[in-house]
Amino acid sequence: MNAGSLTARAALPRSRGLGDRLGDRLLHGLTALATLLALLVVAAIVWRVADGAWPAIRLFKLGFLWHDVWNAPLDRFGARDLIVGTLVTSFGAMLLSAPLSIAIGLFLSELAPPAIRTSVGTLIDMLAAVPSVVVGLWGIYVLAPFDARHVQPLLGSILGWIPVFAHGGDHVESTVFTAMVVLTIMTVPITSSICRELFLGVPSELEQGAIALGATRWEMVRTVVVPSVRGGVVAAVILGLGRSLGEAIAVTQVIGNFIPLRASIFEPGDTIASRLANQYQGAVSSTQIAALVYLALILLAITFVTNLAARRVVERFER
Amino acid sequence: MTPAPLSLEATGRTRRRLLVSRAAEAAAVGAAAVALGALGVLIWSVGSRGAGALGWSFFTKGPALFGQAGGGIAPALVGTLLLVGVATAFALPVGVLTALYANELAPRRVARQVRLWLDVLNGFPSIVIGIFVFALCVQTSLPVIGWGRHQSAIAGGFALSIIMLPLVSRATMEVLSLVPHDLREASYALGVSRWQTVVRVVVPASLGGILTGTTLAVARAAGETAPLLFTCALAGQAVDWNPTHSVQSIPLTIFQYSESADSNLHRQAWGAAFVLIVAVLLTSLGARLLLDRSRRKLGT
Repeated sequence: MNAGSLTARAALPRSRGLGDRLGDRLLHGLTALATLLALLVVAAIVWRVADGAWPAIRLFKLGFLWHDVWNAPLDRFGARDLIVGTLVTSFGAMLLSAPLSIAIGLFLSELAPPAIRTSVGTLIDMLAAVPSVVVGLWGIYVLAPFDARHVQPLLGSILGWIPVFAHGGDHVESTVFTAMVVLTIMTVPITSSICRELFLGVPSELEQGAIALGATRWEMVRTVVVPSVRGGVVAAVILGLGRSLGEAIAVTQVIGNFIPLRASIFEPGDTIASRLANQYQGAVSSTQIAALVYLALILLAITFVTNLAARRVVERFER
Repeated sequence: MTPAPLSLEATGRTRRRLLVSRAAEAAAVGAAAVALGALGVLIWSVGSRGAGALGWSFFTKGPALFGQAGGGIAPALVGTLLLVGVATAFALPVGVLTALYANELAPRRVARQVRLWLDVLNGFPSIVIGIFVFALCVQTSLPVIGWGRHQSAIAGGFALSIIMLPLVSRATMEVLSLVPHDLREASYALGVSRWQTVVRVVVPASLGGILTGTTLAVARAAGETAPLLFTCALAGQAVDWNPTHSVQSIPLTIFQYSESADSNLHRQAWGAAFVLIVAVLLTSLGARLLLDRSRRKLGT
């Protein structure tokens, strides 16, 4: 050791004092602990639900998925109609909300002047903040009677020859169709605000290039804007779908909670989440509780797969 | 005869293309109008039906006895405050610390996984979270924590905090990533240690964003019904500040009243919905405006 390094050492204070070393450790430990806790919650949810469903899984096996009887007094349970009901309402809502959301995203990003863009964008974000129970309340007392009086007979008279749109002519308020509309109202703000961000992110040189080549605005959107963010748009739509699949309260308020399933969407129906909200509290036998938790497990699996699919789509298109 | 003057009017194919474009523009405007219309109709119907129920006694009284008119939502108001308070007490520290770990300290690979699983948690249906907390805190007792075997505001608040956690955490991550690297590097260059940099530089710079993110999450949690159905639903009729008791809440009150056959309760449900919607919309609108401001301050 020579004198030079000694003096240098003396001149510079030790950069990491005891307090700093402790502080760094403490910060690292605390934040890691919190992260662990958050991840533990995810694991615990999956474990607890799987554990609660286990008696029903052992009893009904995978046949639960395609048996269609739901009879509490006889302790016989099958999920088919509920799974189908969940998929039908959610995909129906997706078919309504996807074009609407994309169109709103395009309006906000390509057409609206900046002042309108911010205010209309904020208002549509407000729609996302309306609690689902309020949408449901409105669904029961405003939307459902309106649907039953005007929309359903109209659609039934035009499309009634397709069994899905068959309208018996009677005044049915709680219907799968109303649930679809309610879910559409709840998912449009989510999907459209992501679409807006995506479309705004398209480089304006590309857009101007298309215009300069003589494309109309619509041709520019169709050939440049939408294709360049296709993956993100699909993911946004899937994200909305995931929200629909899991929505319990607003759906249970308007759908009528009725199985066996009918062919027409102008009849009452039920979904997994809605049945959980409805029956879990009043479930009497342990078999029924286990069967309901089995339903919850299926719902968890469906939403999990949906979210992973959205992620995959984004990653695939980003590459 | 003079030749026809040169016309700039589009004809034939060009005209058709322009018309298609106009039609598409009209459709986009129409879509936005539909969404705004839905919001307008929703707020108008809640306002016109709910405003009539409002009054001083609506906020100060408990529910009326069966069949009687009047009554209020004071216990539900207090209950919702309590639930949201409990939820924030769980979700805010865990969410912010998780975000700090993922954005400031963890290796990139770990951080990616943390974000992935937070997103997965965000995608979990709220009703399933309700069932989870029911199974964890209500159905079985946790002797260590000692709140088991019955519904309580703590159980309901815990369920709400699971909803809030990914929202708080992701919002915090977003602001943290907006804090300029120059700030951190300047701090390190002055010889400041990592934890001091995080506590004195990074967190203060992103505090506004963290708070608004939390406020948005609170607004979301305040309106959630499904997680409370099994965890905090069977409650007394009086104002109750004890978090170990099950308390009433505004969303659940709306839900239960909306399913009843009593028209007085319907009016109450609309009144409660009006209160909830105004509170939630004002909160999230305010938070959003603040968020824009704090983003601008961070220079993006």
